[in-house]
Amino acid sequence: MEGVKELLVILISSSLVSNVVLSQFLGLCPFLGVSRKVKTAAGMGTAVIFVITLASAVAGVINQYVLIRFQVQYLDTIVFILVIAALVQFVEMFLRKAMPSLYKALGVYLPLITTNCAVLGVAINNEQAEYGILTGTVNGFATAVGFTIAIVILAGLREKMEHNDIPESFRGMPTVLLTAGLMAIAFCGFAGLL
Amino acid sequence: MNKAGERIYNGLVKENPTFVLMLGMCPTLAVTTSAMNGLGMGLTTMAVLALSNLFISLLRKIIPNRVRIPAFIVIIASFVTAVQLLLEGYLPSLNKSLGVYIPLIVVNCIILGRAESYAYSNPPLPSLFDGIGMGLGFSFALTCIGAFRELLGAGKLFGLAVMPDSFEPVRIFAQAPGAFFVLAALVALQNYVKNRRKKAGKPYEKIGSGCSEDCMNCSEKGCTKRFYDGQAAKQEASDEEELTIGSSRRARAKADELEVVDLDKGGI
Repeated sequence: MEGVKELLVILISSSLVSNVVLSQFLGLCPFLGVSRKVKTAAGMGTAVIFVITLASAVAGVINQYVLIRFQVQYLDTIVFILVIAALVQFVEMFLRKAMPSLYKALGVYLPLITTNCAVLGVAINNEQAEYGILTGTVNGFATAVGFTIAIVILAGLREKMEHNDIPESFRGMPTVLLTAGLMAIAFCGFAGLL
Repeated sequence: MNKAGERIYNGLVKENPTFVLMLGMCPTLAVTTSAMNGLGMGLTTMAVLALSNLFISLLRKIIPNRVRIPAFIVIIASFVTAVQLLLEGYLPSLNKSLGVYIPLIVVNCIILGRAESYAYSNPPLPSLFDGIGMGLGFSFALTCIGAFRELLGAGKLFGLAVMPDSFEPVRIFAQAPGAFFVLAALVALQNYVKNRRKKAGKPYEKIGSGCSEDCMNCSEKGCTKRFYDGQAAKQEASDEEELTIGSSRRARAKADELEVVDLDKGGI
């Protein structure tokens, strides 16, 4: 029972309270870049959930059975980045062969995610917090859900604002950043949940 | 010597990674809660950037073109690990306040970008100075943004109280939302300069063409433009196509399937 409670706390805190983009600034590139339409934002979000959950599970296993076992934790950064890059490539190939329908939905977003700092960030966060494999995977999933929530909301807001009359210098990115800042303030409110 | 000076001027002013190119925005936003953190992050990145540039340039004739990106990543990750261990040993407080953002230097697009666009095609010494110049530019920018946020958010500068007692700190600037606001103002300023240059007929293409713009103009700097730009456009186009001429698309999908089967047979 205690374990379930802990997992629930991680789920809420990683997805809402310390949101990966809005309070940790990880994964800003896709957050700002692929949030023009709700549909693409949702696709990106799904792909991120998929990859981060998988990557944090794999990184957890490697951390437990390779890095800790052979006492080479100082190699974590190198090992994680290589594993993540290889994993994304592999997932892409596997999906293309085995599940073409899923590949069609997520395919374009997969290569982008290799360079997404959120994936590496989650793996390193899990390691530093000394989460086990299950806890780490749940944390990865929750973080990615937080990313999806944020990017879909931002895309919705951007669709609404598209034709507004904005001062010339503030058109484009500055408005998006201001919106993200206001969202960050709103997400601060979730701190009361825990 | 001129070459070295020119590279440093280029990194610090002409192609300042933060103020002009807008690269590496994740650490810029995350660690600039105070001037000291900004400076620490900037100098750490500079060390990694200069060393990785030097080594990539030395190895540029050995690394095959097709596996250059993984090779760059391994080199960069090794230096990041070394720098992280040094920080842990000698500056534990800075290491603690920068936390996860130190290992994340690996995925900072400035570093991979310079490796791809400069170090891989230039001799070692200019590459080293290019790294130092870019690193100095990054440090300068981070320190400025950090100082601004610290001044407004806490009324301090490098940890020293400088504002009069009557000043009420605007705490939000030292927190996460403040980072977005400061960056918004910065990009707006950049747009303003860009628009003015455009009207005056001066060159402006370099300004604000980095990741924060929408990660689409990164290709020259080694990011993932080809994916964001090309593939996202392709996806959108194919989505629309599906709406209008669904049947022909289905036929094409079938053809693809057949091709896959053929390939499999060939493999056997």
